[in-house]
Amino acid sequence: MTATSDMQTTTAAAPTGDRATSGGGEPVLEIKDFSVVYRTGGGDVHAVEKVDLALHPGEVVGLAGESGSGKSTLAYGACRLLRPPALITGGSVVYRGRRLSGPVEILGRHPEELRELRWREIAIVFQSAMNALNPVLRVRDQLLDVVEAHLDLSKDEAAERIASLLDLVSIPRARLKSYPHELSGGMRQRVMIAMALATDPEVVIMDEPTTALDVVVQRDILAQIVELKDELGFAVLFITHDLSLLLELANRVAVMYAGRLVETGTSDEMHHEAAHPYTKGLLNSFPSLRGPRRDLAGIPGSPPDLRGLPPGCPFLTRCAYGAEACSRVDMRLSPVSSSPDPAHVTACPFVLPATPEKTLASPSEPPAGAR
Amino acid sequence: MSAAGAGVTPAVVDSPAASRGPLAMEAISLCKDFRLGRGSVLSAVKDVSFNLYRSAVVALVGESGSGKSTVAKLLAGQERLTSGTIRLDGHEVDVKGRHAFRRYKSEVQYVFQDPFSSLNPVHTVRYHLTRPVRLHQPHKTAAELDRELVRVIEQVRLTPAQQFLAKYPHELSGGQRQRVAVARALAAGPSVLLADEPVSMLDVSIRLELLNVLDTLRKDFQLALLYITHDIASARYFADEVLVMYAGSVVERGPAEELTQAPAHPYTQLLVSSSPDPDDLGSMLRHGGKGSTRQVGESAAMLQGCRFHPRCPFAEERCRRESPPLLAVSPSRAAACWRLDVTAPAVVARAREGGEGETTS
Repeated sequence: MTATSDMQTTTAAAPTGDRATSGGGEPVLEIKDFSVVYRTGGGDVHAVEKVDLALHPGEVVGLAGESGSGKSTLAYGACRLLRPPALITGGSVVYRGRRLSGPVEILGRHPEELRELRWREIAIVFQSAMNALNPVLRVRDQLLDVVEAHLDLSKDEAAERIASLLDLVSIPRARLKSYPHELSGGMRQRVMIAMALATDPEVVIMDEPTTALDVVVQRDILAQIVELKDELGFAVLFITHDLSLLLELANRVAVMYAGRLVETGTSDEMHHEAAHPYTKGLLNSFPSLRGPRRDLAGIPGSPPDLRGLPPGCPFLTRCAYGAEACSRVDMRLSPVSSSPDPAHVTACPFVLPATPEKTLASPSEPPAGAR
Repeated sequence: MSAAGAGVTPAVVDSPAASRGPLAMEAISLCKDFRLGRGSVLSAVKDVSFNLYRSAVVALVGESGSGKSTVAKLLAGQERLTSGTIRLDGHEVDVKGRHAFRRYKSEVQYVFQDPFSSLNPVHTVRYHLTRPVRLHQPHKTAAELDRELVRVIEQVRLTPAQQFLAKYPHELSGGQRQRVAVARALAAGPSVLLADEPVSMLDVSIRLELLNVLDTLRKDFQLALLYITHDIASARYFADEVLVMYAGSVVERGPAEELTQAPAHPYTQLLVSSSPDPDDLGSMLRHGGKGSTRQVGESAAMLQGCRFHPRCPFAEERCRRESPPLLAVSPSRAAACWRLDVTAPAVVARAREGGEGETTS
């Protein structure tokens, strides 16, 4: 298990940046030096490698990256929801809830004790609402399930609780009698959100909650999430591959690549002063509706095989900046020198602030939009 | 009189796509009704007309359920028209009978949204591509067939070809699968490609690559492309002309850049303002605030008058009574709205001033 031995060296060097700026007290969820591997016949897949991420109360933190970059593994792993062959090889996940007497180390807990935390304290909105709801149960029964399992309420109270949950997400109460297939995609997603909020959790993990929806419905639901968050004060870990959405929605954005965090910063910093070539590549991948048309470059190549990655930066093979020294970099996050914000950290020490954008993103041919 | 108030004659629009190549396909007043039982009828597509030109991209933009996929299926001959006409290279399309259908299919091909379910998991890429090549280019020897397969798969930049031909769908990434689906469509040697949300299931970083592949193919083979999407931003970059659909009708059409930068119809405006905007520092998402309190309009397709009126901030009495046709805003733009003077005064004024001098792209 190579992961564990390396890990000792970086524990001390974990960046303190995150906590420095967010200022507002201790994080409600603090992931440190977290690693997950998938045990396969062909070797260990290092899906998450030494990731640090903190979530403060009332904050929206966005986790961005391509499919297979480890975003979901990180979030589910932190709740210990992964099944073998996934194996947590190291790190710590500390949860500090207002309802609890003290900090809880999630990784050290007995599985039975975790039941008290899951959903009650940390809830998840799963990726596909189409499949996450049970098609043969009415909405009411599915909501009741959650409330009865986690809260100690009388029958009447529980019924009132679930009705008010639907109010919260602007679905008529009459819909309690509906089956999932009788609801539109947006409504199903709202039911999922209502379900996640049923127990008044402090942390809500949202795994691509709006990816399958069209933009108008998406904006509607996101606005509702933000409104509820301001009202109820929970923190959101928002997972998506749509960086443009995160930049508008999140307070801070963390970008993952090949199981590692490559850059973290406030959404403003990430938008205007992105430091890591991968972040820049992502920013340059989506066509924007506003402003002048720009040349889109995308990111050439495809993500590496996470079994037996060579040492150094995993993005090296796709990076326009790649230097020989990149194969020796230890992927530790350190503050971006050009940024006034010490919490803006990146794993790429070779990004020079003065380097013109062109060298980073020169397309081999004019993209579709360039004509 | 202003362009918008000029009357109720439907607009004749000069398509900006026409400058790219000869006319390939005409859709004229397409209508499609679905019977829902108990006598009720859902008109999923209502009076939709547009043209596809060789080497040009026309985008059909709209939310789920707006009828954009139904339009594509009508064009592909997979759904029967309730009324309307489809012409291919000037001839009215008749897909009755197996041979006529196959001939039509060799000209008009379809790429599906979901590359994970549009390829058969138990067959190799070679098998998927061999079938269309055999069907549409018969009398090939084994060696010719093999050369053709290599050519087809290299067109979509999957190299080394032999290696990819031997693979099964599960060995490919989503982007690679979708490229196989595009290659399969091209193997028939079509002149029209109907791409139904070809990138929406793919990662953001991979979308661009596939759009670039499609764009190259468009140029190399003078393909007439219908690009169906709910992402209006990608339509801005990729398409020549954009048609916005709502509840079965085209509510606005025009050159991609003009339409996205100065939308005239209230629905297009809603669509544009709903797209993520990292530069919007005052965004309600960042600061909280009430989202549009949208009532899910399940029965929008059955409404009287303008189908958008329940959600429209500009709706007035006339909108509830009469359904607006597409009205010319400029020689190349039209919108189906009674209140264009109010919804897009700048656009209307510009058109009025421009008059004859207006360039039609």
